[in-house]
Amino acid sequence: MSIWVNGDTRVMVQGITGRSAGFHTRAMVDYGTKIVAGVTPGREGATVEGVPVFNTVAKAVASTGATASVIYVPAPFAADAIMEAVEAELELVCCITEHIPVLDMLRVKEYLANKNTRLIGPNCPGIITPAECKIGIMPGYIHQKGNVGIVSRSGTLTYEAVYQLTRLGVGQSTAVGIGGDPISGTDFIDVLDAFNDDPETEIVVLIGEIGGTSEERACQWIKQNMQKPVVGFISGITAPPGKRMGHAGAIVSDGKGTAEEKLKAMHESGVYVAEIPSQIGETVLRLLK
Amino acid sequence: MNIHEYQAKNILQSFGIKTPKGRVIFQADEAERAVWGLESDVVAVKAQIHAGGRGKAGGIRLATSIDEAKKHASDILGSTLVTLQTGAEGKQVHSILLEEGCQVQQEYYLGIVIDRESSDIVLIASAEGGTEIEKTAEHDPDRIITEHISLLTGLTDFQARRMAYGLKFPQQLITEVIDVMKNLYRCFIEKDCSIAEINPLAITTEGELIALDAKLSFDSNALYRQPDVLALRDKREEDEKEIEASEHGLSYISLTGSIGCLVNGAGLAMATMDIIKHYGGSPANFLDVGGGASEDKVCAAFQLIVTDPQVKGVFVNIFGGIMKCDVIARGIVRAVKEVGLCLPLVVRLEGTNVEEGKKILDASGLDITSVSSLDEGAETVVNLTGGINNEHLG
Repeated sequence: MSIWVNGDTRVMVQGITGRSAGFHTRAMVDYGTKIVAGVTPGREGATVEGVPVFNTVAKAVASTGATASVIYVPAPFAADAIMEAVEAELELVCCITEHIPVLDMLRVKEYLANKNTRLIGPNCPGIITPAECKIGIMPGYIHQKGNVGIVSRSGTLTYEAVYQLTRLGVGQSTAVGIGGDPISGTDFIDVLDAFNDDPETEIVVLIGEIGGTSEERACQWIKQNMQKPVVGFISGITAPPGKRMGHAGAIVSDGKGTAEEKLKAMHESGVYVAEIPSQIGETVLRLLK
Repeated sequence: MNIHEYQAKNILQSFGIKTPKGRVIFQADEAERAVWGLESDVVAVKAQIHAGGRGKAGGIRLATSIDEAKKHASDILGSTLVTLQTGAEGKQVHSILLEEGCQVQQEYYLGIVIDRESSDIVLIASAEGGTEIEKTAEHDPDRIITEHISLLTGLTDFQARRMAYGLKFPQQLITEVIDVMKNLYRCFIEKDCSIAEINPLAITTEGELIALDAKLSFDSNALYRQPDVLALRDKREEDEKEIEASEHGLSYISLTGSIGCLVNGAGLAMATMDIIKHYGGSPANFLDVGGGASEDKVCAAFQLIVTDPQVKGVFVNIFGGIMKCDVIARGIVRAVKEVGLCLPLVVRLEGTNVEEGKKILDASGLDITSVSSLDEGAETVVNLTGGINNEHLG
């Protein structure tokens, strides 16, 4: 098991002819991911890393049976790329692109309603089930197959947590980066719910950051529904209020979304809190023993 | 991105929302001519800075004569205003809005923002407008009315009507206030706003509906398609280092500590600040080089950090995903060759192309302390900069 992606997932790459997409297509193929198609309008007939390129998502799906997509399309065109993938009824769409205008994402959100596609991101590292399927930009070598599920708003902090676990000999079932934008396709609760039902996941690591209230809502959900231990970490404890810390989502305003409130919510819902980022791995290890 | 009140009012006017007649001046001696063009008995003299709380800080004054207006203008222009929103250092006033005053009968609040929780746009209003709106929101949330708006339909007539009746607007102004709401919504969408706020929206004693103050903020990710908005940017309102950073496409925020941080990813960058604090040090900045940064960008980022006089040591913490460690290494080596380096430099590289990155740093012959974890890096840089000792002495 694992969640959402495994060795059978057939992946297409939207924007495959871009430089970054080409590099990461190579890395995904090397990892063993089944990359079956690429899409770049006007480039049908070309191949990238041995992967055939199509003009449209619909044709790529019809020709290759792709079930998931990863999007590297530049920000001004990314919302359209997501909707094209949703219209083609892919099961999973993972949008790596950062800096998408928020109104574009609101349109995407409305378009997604009542559809069966799961969108992860945007502005996220992607999703990986170690040793089976890597969709996105995370470095593959830091992962190890195992039973810890990871969900995070931050890409590089996900890598940090994963690598701490791997170095302690603790493997991961699936790691999901949901992205740092204020409007995104998948939230903490969606991922927690899936980990709850996944027999291969024994412990979940939840990595949040300042801004918004999604961690607080996740904690509420954990209190009522979660049957597995959760280890939590919040970044940005020392960030000054009112400043946008890179992620559009990571801004504390009007005293809402502070690290204190999020940590309080974690403690109250029985989450095992790692006080500093370097203790995430050890906190998990203690629970396993 | 934020703009000034007078700029926001110009935009609102272009969307058909009425604002007081006014003139902007940049020199105190322009005050007299500006006042000639106004027709009211009372003139409001308003400091233009990118922060609220101006009134209570003395940045908004009323004048009943040309001499008084001139005096207020010369007092305020060039002065530094410290308001509840500027921080202790305050903000210097470079321009003033002189505006026709009016007699106010009732003040309302009207604002549009994006609601992250419900992933939609929300129109917020209250009959308790003016400077106390935040208190109302906190203590009397029932007096705040909201309408969630679908992008598919936009703000519908019935929603605007429901809100106007909810605010107990006088019957003769219902149609007019509905227009104001719909125009404000149109402005929000067409200009890619993140906040569009009229506070107060006033009914004057003459029964006129007018926007007395306005605040517009814009989605910085959408500025590429809003050239008119981008042209309104006032760089004097921003931190110098932050401007330089944004020109290189870096996400940078000045802080007050002594340890410069160069990190990829906002979450890891914040976590790096947190762990430096944990070991008794203090970060000089937040810096996220972003995904897929070029060697040039990394070089600029590094130079930005080491040219900050308060920086006593540098911690480079990179966990490469889309960012490649060899690109980081080349950028650092070039930056050091260009500007020199006499500060302790602690580097932690992990992730994509890490071996190539480490080789480049080793071959450079630079005096670098390499570390293999976040923990070790933070502890090392704090020790090398004497952060703990300073804290104990200080």
